[in-house]
Amino acid sequence: MTLDSTAPKPNWFSRLAHPGSFMTWSRPILWPLGIVTALTFAAGFWYALFNSPADYQMGETVRIMYIHVPNAWLSQFVYGVMAVASLGTLVWRHPLADVAAKSAAPLGATFTALALFSGSLWGRPTWGTFWEWDGRMTSTLILLFIYLGIIALWRAFDDQLRAARIVAIVTLVGALDIPIIKFSVDWWNTLHQPASVITPTGPKMPGTILTPLFIMMLAFTLLFLLLHLISMRTEILRRRADSLSRQAAQRSAP
Amino acid sequence: MNAFLAIIGRDLRLATRAGGDALTLVLFFVMVGAVVPFAIGPDRVLLAQLAPGIIWIAAFLSMLLGLDRLFRADEDDGSLLLLRHAAIPLEAVVAAKLIAHWLLSALPLLVASPLLAVLLSMEAGAWGKTVLALLIGTPALTAFGVIGAAVTVSLKRGGLLAPVLILPLSIPVLIFGVAMVSAPEGSSAASLFLAAVSLVCVAFCPFAAALALRVGSE
Repeated sequence: MTLDSTAPKPNWFSRLAHPGSFMTWSRPILWPLGIVTALTFAAGFWYALFNSPADYQMGETVRIMYIHVPNAWLSQFVYGVMAVASLGTLVWRHPLADVAAKSAAPLGATFTALALFSGSLWGRPTWGTFWEWDGRMTSTLILLFIYLGIIALWRAFDDQLRAARIVAIVTLVGALDIPIIKFSVDWWNTLHQPASVITPTGPKMPGTILTPLFIMMLAFTLLFLLLHLISMRTEILRRRADSLSRQAAQRSAP
Repeated sequence: MNAFLAIIGRDLRLATRAGGDALTLVLFFVMVGAVVPFAIGPDRVLLAQLAPGIIWIAAFLSMLLGLDRLFRADEDDGSLLLLRHAAIPLEAVVAAKLIAHWLLSALPLLVASPLLAVLLSMEAGAWGKTVLALLIGTPALTAFGVIGAAVTVSLKRGGLLAPVLILPLSIPVLIFGVAMVSAPEGSSAASLFLAAVSLVCVAFCPFAAALALRVGSE
């Protein structure tokens, strides 16, 4: 009887999430995922640019929505991913959760910045201004600040294991605080149109606009998953390279 | 309870002895408020209109400035390690330090606020409302500050990081605090929201900060 057989058998989730086996199973799905993402984007752009009506008030500028709304959706979705990963770090001390949280932060900041950028490009022709201190724009800006603070905190630590737990605490505090921020900012000032895709009475937009919108949201979400997988793999490789160079330095020391 | 009070007393004594900086913070608070007229001009009507916001900003900045002294000295001389093994849980230690920090960094600002009110030509009524709002809102700012300080205490070069982390998080306090001052007579929504945010933050902060302290020194 070997020593191995007495150890508890890992369940499918921990086997899948072991950094080594993550590298093995994530490699072959990168290309298919990339192709699916590209196809979804192609379909979405075709619908958005050629096969959807121009708005009777906003004209052709309504097509900015197909970029703006998916980015705004991802700015919040990525924070959700980070919050779940942070729970994984704090509760199960899972090494892959650390990597997932760390590599999601720059992606989330980018999507949030893109949502703000495309929003201000859209706001200029429709509202007549690049920036307005309205509720949703302001809370998105604050979300961007939170992302940037978290990235700065990651970069301040040398020891990545300790950094992961500290950042996880900050991420979870932020996750609890973001609803309060959103509520307070909405209460403070509101000009942006209220939620119109998911409402208690169903969507308020016609299907010709909703179809390309949902395809684009799916495409952007797939893009995030693809980029997240790639940057997680990069982060794992970077940590491996770090520990290899540390071992080499130890061996060459007299 | 004895140990709890002892920690509060220790922090208060340390800050008021020679080398403590309780008064420096008040000086900073008054100076920030006094610098604003130079930037926007000495128009009394405009100043009186902006005064509640200016006082809030000044308090906000002063409380961010004082964050580093929360845990830094204790970390440097090793007393934080001793506090971790004290007879009371670390959460209670953090709660005691939260109370001491509020007494040292928020209460002096309230006491000094009449000076700013005169400089910014505020009326007595508006000043009273501002002090009440600060009284309700500063515990939340202190709580966020304690979390920020606990998160960055294990960093040797993390001085600027804590303010950057907690500033976006404490925006609701600023919104409700200023709204409470400008609200018309008889509407209490802003003050109730402010009190709710403060209570939640103070209740939640010791646990988050204690967890960060434990993780940071592993």
